Amino acid sequence: MKDDNQKQDSVTRRRFLGQSSTVVGTTMLGSLALPSGVFSAQNDELKIALIGCGGRGSGAADQALNTHDQGPIKLVAMADAFEDRLEGSLNNLARKHGDRVDVPEDRRFYGFEGYKQAIALADVVILATPPGFRPIHFEEAVRQGKHVFMEKPVATDAPGVRKVLAAAEEAKKKNLKVGVGLQRHHQAGYIETIKRLQDGAIGDIITTRAYWNGNTPWVRKRADLEKQYGRKLTEMEYQMRNWYYFVWICGDHITEQHIHNLDVINWLKNDYPVRANGMGGAEVRIGIDYGEIFDHHTVEFEYADGSRMYSQCRHQVGCWNSVSEHAHGSKGSAEINRYVIRGANDWRFGGQGKNPYQQEHDDLFHAIRNNIDYNEAENGAKSSMTSILGRMATYSGKVVEWKDAINSEISTLPEKFAWDAMPKSLPGPDGMYATAVPGKSIVV
Amino acid sequence: MKSIMPYHVGASSMVLSLIFPLAMQGEVDFNQHIKPILESACLSCHNPDNIKGELLLNTRANAIKGGEYGAALVPGKPEESSLYTLTVLDPDDDDIMPPKGDPLTQEQTESLKAWIEEGATWPEDIELKPAMRVDFVQDVQPILEQNCVSCHREGHADGNLRLDHKEGAFAGGKSGKAIIPGRSSLSSLYTFTILPEDHDDLMPPTKKDGPMPAEKCDILRFWIDQGAQWPEGITLVPRKADAGPSGANMELVNAMHQRILENTTLTDESSMNDYTETLAGTGVQFDMVAIKGGTFMMGSPTDEAGRREDEGPQVEITLSPFWMGKHEVTWNEYELFMYPEEMARLLNAGDDYHDPLADAVSKPTKPYVEMSFGMGKDGYPAISMTQHAANKYCQWLSAKTGHFYRLPTEAEWEYACRAGTTTAFWFGDDGEKIGDYEWFADNADFKYQKVGTKKANPWGLHDMHGNVAEWVIDAYDAERYAGLADGNGIDPYQFSDKLYPRTVRGGSWDDYPEAMRSAARRASDAQWKMQDPQLPKSIWYLTDAQFLGIRVVRPLKTPPADEIARYWNNLNERD
Repeated sequence: MKDDNQKQDSVTRRRFLGQSSTVVGTTMLGSLALPSGVFSAQNDELKIALIGCGGRGSGAADQALNTHDQGPIKLVAMADAFEDRLEGSLNNLARKHGDRVDVPEDRRFYGFEGYKQAIALADVVILATPPGFRPIHFEEAVRQGKHVFMEKPVATDAPGVRKVLAAAEEAKKKNLKVGVGLQRHHQAGYIETIKRLQDGAIGDIITTRAYWNGNTPWVRKRADLEKQYGRKLTEMEYQMRNWYYFVWICGDHITEQHIHNLDVINWLKNDYPVRANGMGGAEVRIGIDYGEIFDHHTVEFEYADGSRMYSQCRHQVGCWNSVSEHAHGSKGSAEINRYVIRGANDWRFGGQGKNPYQQEHDDLFHAIRNNIDYNEAENGAKSSMTSILGRMATYSGKVVEWKDAINSEISTLPEKFAWDAMPKSLPGPDGMYATAVPGKSIVV
Repeated sequence: MKSIMPYHVGASSMVLSLIFPLAMQGEVDFNQHIKPILESACLSCHNPDNIKGELLLNTRANAIKGGEYGAALVPGKPEESSLYTLTVLDPDDDDIMPPKGDPLTQEQTESLKAWIEEGATWPEDIELKPAMRVDFVQDVQPILEQNCVSCHREGHADGNLRLDHKEGAFAGGKSGKAIIPGRSSLSSLYTFTILPEDHDDLMPPTKKDGPMPAEKCDILRFWIDQGAQWPEGITLVPRKADAGPSGANMELVNAMHQRILENTTLTDESSMNDYTETLAGTGVQFDMVAIKGGTFMMGSPTDEAGRREDEGPQVEITLSPFWMGKHEVTWNEYELFMYPEEMARLLNAGDDYHDPLADAVSKPTKPYVEMSFGMGKDGYPAISMTQHAANKYCQWLSAKTGHFYRLPTEAEWEYACRAGTTTAFWFGDDGEKIGDYEWFADNADFKYQKVGTKKANPWGLHDMHGNVAEWVIDAYDAERYAGLADGNGIDPYQFSDKLYPRTVRGGSWDDYPEAMRSAARRASDAQWKMQDPQLPKSIWYLTDAQFLGIRVVRPLKTPPADEIARYWNNLNERD
């Protein structure tokens, strides 16, 4: 064990020093069929459209363009609700990619409807707006017959999840490839650790745990925004600029962030929970700038085999922090995120992988260019639903069944998308938004 | 006449000059075309104060005389002139000039070639001096965005001039051409910035905080004279001057400098003592250890086990007195800088917590990922910050305490780590024993540990070899030490405005003894933020450098404000 550790850790160390960049990330593709040859886009130029031009969207476009070694690729269209976001993103991408970025003014689309025109101009679309818009955008991309990379989560409520699931089926029929930004699925250490656990390295898996306990992320204060833009913002614009703190557009942090950890456990279990109960609230992060979301949730999920996943997520400064996944079995335990297995089969991952954010694009574009089946949308939708189920449990304080949750007709979205339209959640006279009240709030 | 005509006879020739090398349009003028290239790209390593390869390029005679590889300039014969041939090697070639991944543009190399072919005219009385090599994105874009674009862009084209995209900038406005490559004296983009304050045409106008500081005007001048390269596809957006990391907010630095001076009573080395600093309103404390000035040998002897080339030749270094953090900076201090509002609430901070100067220092954005990576916060070292973030932390800490803090220089770090020893480690030469003194890969459980839980070195400093590696302030140069010989080793500081590579010292929980020696050096790398999924990547976090932390120093003598500003703003962190 000790010798193993030493050898393997020296490899980890090399990764830090940046001396080697051996690629292990093809593990996933190894199990897929070779291209049949009926469809070949290997030498075709793939046209990309970016919908949602924030830092992450720009990063995803960057990673897509980095696949140019697989074949010619060009960013041809961009859409964002806000002009300032789009221009900044274009600038950064052009700086890095030069000729591979070709987005003249007539292919830049602003506002709520621009995504349709941008999608029409592309072969592959990147959907990276805040999550609330994802189901609408994904449905449209599939309707137009485009391959898709979309960021997680893929929905913020049950009607959105159902829309994505329906579009995912449609995508399969149309032979469209869909990648979802749950990048741990493309991370060499995770792939190997999950495989070993599924092969019985710790025996039967009895209990799992998942955490995203961190601090509060960015916030855009209304007062700062109004100072920056020199005008009053409509409620819609304010919520979209400070989107992290509104359920319809973010899903709450259990959905926007903790989905990563819940998804790992679903992956390990190769299943999704059947019910959940939990508790949560907004205890510490309180104020007019923090919208309506909770600052902590803790949820007990139950799988069909009776095993439990205990989950915590928290945005409170000064508390214990951990972003991790763990499994406990009849013959040992695993720290999945550190790629460590302890017990009857001690093991520690010693390989190294490519940046998973790049790998997920390498894999998607490989599938597109070689016509390999590739559809991560269904898992993306169901892992999103897992997180929404958890939120329903903490908001209501009740046991919530998956089958009821996923069929819920409660939509969080506004009735209408326009700058002067009103979202459903509005501030009170003191500027505060109401948060869910366990025991009282109706969520299903 | 012909030598001054090519560039300002109308729009069509303007466009031509951007597409074709200068040489194709007529005679190359030394002052206009060649001097800016040589001064910006060659002279810094080939001048009387820094002679690489025994080659001087300050005069024509010296260029013809050449260096260790023979003549650099053979008039009429570009193919025999290394001054040209080495500039057109493959960018990955080890011999390319200028080195370090910063090749000349094709336009520039062809100008050199044409000039040599035409006989390499170089007036005898002109002696060249090093000048700043200007990069549009790093140097010019921030100046334009912070000073010009808000009034010269779409919908705001004052004077009919747009500076938010290349076409507009080169097309000019009602005052004619704003930019004539190679001719700063005819380019209003530069000439209008150096007008007297009461001149109506001054840009930026006084009501918009004009005139700019002379160094910014000079950057515009150098850029124009160096060919005014503006990469395709870059559009500019107006920005606030203090929004970006580049450029110091001198008003703030001056105010802080004033406070530091008023607060500094101790100037005598013999009365320096260790002390404990308390951060106002929080109760958070850290310890500083007094380090007397002195002389030591930096670098390792050639027979030291595990030595690498960049650790030599050993050079004698003389340092002024300073205090150094007894421990690596912990999250207890660093989170006050990351989360000032949240921590104030959490700690029920007193009235003295908020300070207008400390509040004015730019703060890190809130990270999306959890930056301790589950390794612990209370009493554990802060990690994964960029050097820019570390510098800003020092500035913030200085505002909070009224003492001048900065990162250590590489020489100060090694001096303090050695603590008077000349062995590979402060505890001796045997790396096998490191576990008794330091946290490293075999005893740290694959994570960092609480600071100060292993033994201190002879001067009372903990975790110098291990736990987390530490930023120093210098740029990394593998061949640096040779230049520090012969009396150049007095309080040395290697300044550079390049983001990579910069220097890290000491080993970490993820290292083995060889890399943890007193003399071992490490160069920063863009890979250290590889897994930041955003574009642009954060200027505050190195998501992949979970082995890297900081330790602060405070020099006994407070330097002048402009020097302080350089320590706190020593690079543009943007990749």
